[in-house]
Amino acid sequence: MSKEKYPLRRKLYGGTMHALMYFSVFVTCALVLAIIGYVLIKGLPNITWKLLSTKPSYLSNSIGILPDILNTIYIIIACLVVVLPLGVGAAIYLTEYAENKKLVGVIEYAAETLSGIPSVIYGLVGMLFFCQFLGFQTSLLAGALTLVIMNLPTVMRTTQESLKAVPQSYREGAFGLGAGKWRVIYTVVLPSCVDGIVTGCILAMGRILGESAALLFTAGFAHALNGFFDGLTSAGATLTVALYVYAKEEGEFEVAFAIAAILMVLTLLINLTAQFTGKFFKKRRDT
Amino acid sequence: MSNIITSEDLCLWYSETQALKGISMEIPENSITALIGPSGCGKSTFLKTLNRMNDLVQGVKITGTVKYQGQDIFAPSVDVNLLRRDIGMVFQKPNPFPMSVYDNVAYGPRTHGIRSKARLDEIVEQSLRGAAIWDELKDRLKKSALGLSGGQQQRLCIARALAVGPKVLLMDEPTSALDPISTARIEELAEELKKQYTIVIVTHNMQQAVRISDKTAFFLLGELIEYDDTEKLFSMPQNKKTEDYITGRFG
Amino acid sequence: MKKTKNRKKLVEDIVHAIFFFLGMITVLCVLLISIYLLVAGIPAIKEIGIVEFLFGSQWAPTYAEPAYGILPFILSSVYGTAGALLLGVPIGFFTAVYLAKLAPPKVKSIVSSAVSLLAGIPSVVYGLVGMLILVPAIRKLFHVPDGASLLAAIIVLSVMVLPSIINVSMTSLEAVPKEYEEGSLALGATQIETYMRVSVPAAKSGIATAIVLGVGRALGEAMAVMMVSGNAANMPSLFQSVRFLTTAVASEMAYSSGLHRQALFSIALVLFLFIMLINAGLNLILKHKKEG
Repeated sequence: MSKEKYPLRRKLYGGTMHALMYFSVFVTCALVLAIIGYVLIKGLPNITWKLLSTKPSYLSNSIGILPDILNTIYIIIACLVVVLPLGVGAAIYLTEYAENKKLVGVIEYAAETLSGIPSVIYGLVGMLFFCQFLGFQTSLLAGALTLVIMNLPTVMRTTQESLKAVPQSYREGAFGLGAGKWRVIYTVVLPSCVDGIVTGCILAMGRILGESAALLFTAGFAHALNGFFDGLTSAGATLTVALYVYAKEEGEFEVAFAIAAILMVLTLLINLTAQFTGKFFKKRRDT
Repeated sequence: MSNIITSEDLCLWYSETQALKGISMEIPENSITALIGPSGCGKSTFLKTLNRMNDLVQGVKITGTVKYQGQDIFAPSVDVNLLRRDIGMVFQKPNPFPMSVYDNVAYGPRTHGIRSKARLDEIVEQSLRGAAIWDELKDRLKKSALGLSGGQQQRLCIARALAVGPKVLLMDEPTSALDPISTARIEELAEELKKQYTIVIVTHNMQQAVRISDKTAFFLLGELIEYDDTEKLFSMPQNKKTEDYITGRFG
Repeated sequence: MKKTKNRKKLVEDIVHAIFFFLGMITVLCVLLISIYLLVAGIPAIKEIGIVEFLFGSQWAPTYAEPAYGILPFILSSVYGTAGALLLGVPIGFFTAVYLAKLAPPKVKSIVSSAVSLLAGIPSVVYGLVGMLILVPAIRKLFHVPDGASLLAAIIVLSVMVLPSIINVSMTSLEAVPKEYEEGSLALGATQIETYMRVSVPAAKSGIATAIVLGVGRALGEAMAVMMVSGNAANMPSLFQSVRFLTTAVASEMAYSSGLHRQALFSIALVLFLFIMLINAGLNLILKHKKEG
């Protein structure tokens, strides 16, 4: 073998690339740790029972985020109740019914387009359509419906993926027994795509929890304490919107950080749940 | 004829399973050596050990020595990338890079530091000629290599291997994915190449071994059962197992 | 017998119709959004004049003699996005190559979860952290009167685009056939050379997709930018307060009226067209990949 020395240029190249990679990974990890650490350290001490269990009061000059917590829960429930049937239905149409390839292409392109549209634009159109045209006013319902459009592609895609994984033989077996298409879907196909629906649900929850720009003009900023149905028809801030208002408009950074810490913990939980369910369903499918 | 590669008591484990059991053999220069044996007998593993492609497998452990031109290839002073430049490899499935024909062939020389356009042009032409594919491809050097037929792709891969100026070419069942006509062309090419290079070829096809190789090694369950001149091994095998295999009693 | 058969068929037809409607709902939504934006956005552009609107450099809708030029917003958005990618793409790219090719499985799984966490953090939280750490830091570091600036927005956005760049590039790098890499290693290329010169080019359409998605995310982000960029309608400059297309819409919607309000819709329309353009570009890349 040639005894020549390994060229310096190549060594340098390898070294540089390695260094760039380690540096990038380090920066990425450091950012994650720094942001989480900072928010939790600044936020957790400010979370008190009083903050969590009261509403803001000018009389006692105190701030409570209970209304915002409830609003967030209401909006998540309302949005999921509407988006799940729509998204799952759309996915079923695409995988079970649609025969026209072009139409499928158009629908999938539309879904892609939807997932690329900035949330400000959703907020604007939501305001024009739901609040003004349909007359819902600024309300949690209008906000929830706006979020329905935003999350439609997510639910549709996850369901579609799990539907594709349902073996064709299941369907053939059921058809062979003389079942109609709808019956086959209802009894065989739907039960086997639960994992996709659950995954879509979790992802949608994460997105709703984090969304703010689309809610500013559709759901508003109010901090009133309401029950579920009253809540839906009246304006209300979710946690993220409340964070924005407290930080940017009112300079209440302690409250803002408390909310940020809560959001961070919830995000962590949602991510863990997503990972856990992903593994769970994979295991179930493999066995 | 001198021996370019010698292995002594070479053993190899993938984690707990032993894939090679004490292989000792000498590979003469400017010849074609065929490695035959049933699937999983260790012939491909042995081939990949010769240019240390097994290094990448997790949990691999090797004992014994392999010497290339008298130098132990596992010695710490050996640079594996320079070793692989000397001992090139052609794979079972043609694997041209998703680039143009020209860039495929120029990839190796560029990697080893050749920048001059004129020099690269020269190497590309020489290598493509060496692989007997220049006439077919000279007008489509800038076209994607993925558009070629399987046989052309495999000869392009041979040209790509030639471009870095190797001494040895390891071929891992290079024709198993090809049609008979392409196979015949590769075999012709191999016989042509042995004038300049040493070729070690793994093959499932015993006719192929008889047609092109000078020496044949028969592997079974990780052991080298018999190694001899091809003609001798196929006409009067010394070992009962070899005889059973080449007469088609198992495999 | 015939009757039940007819009824069964009727049910099937109705169900089919319902699912057809559900299937079309995404298309309806896209149409709804496009039509609303066009209807709401065009009148103001007509009244102001398209050249004046797009290329006017002054935005002063509340003045006695109002001016409606959105060039500052367009340029801020473009510069902000470009800057974010300039910082985010190299970091994301090298992280993706490391994770896809070199990282030990344990490191890979930990860093990947960290990255998906980064993707899940709400944009207002980025805004908050930016407001309290980044903005003062920029003020002190560069001795400028106010740290809320284009630079702050660029840095926040560069962090926000990281996850999509890393995840999408990683997926496409992982999908590169092992045979390509073996071929390169067998020619005497090192692992790094192999990954950078064979795997990366082989995954280039996936990496391009990742970058385009990053552009979309940076261009569309409103809240985090609003919180760190100072939000004044200046022409973009690194250390000056700026306003993006998104934040222009978001910050004035609450109190605008008349032509001013309509102009905000027009801004949204411009933003929408930008995003549609990017989507079209993305599709072109994907199509090219299928053919290539």
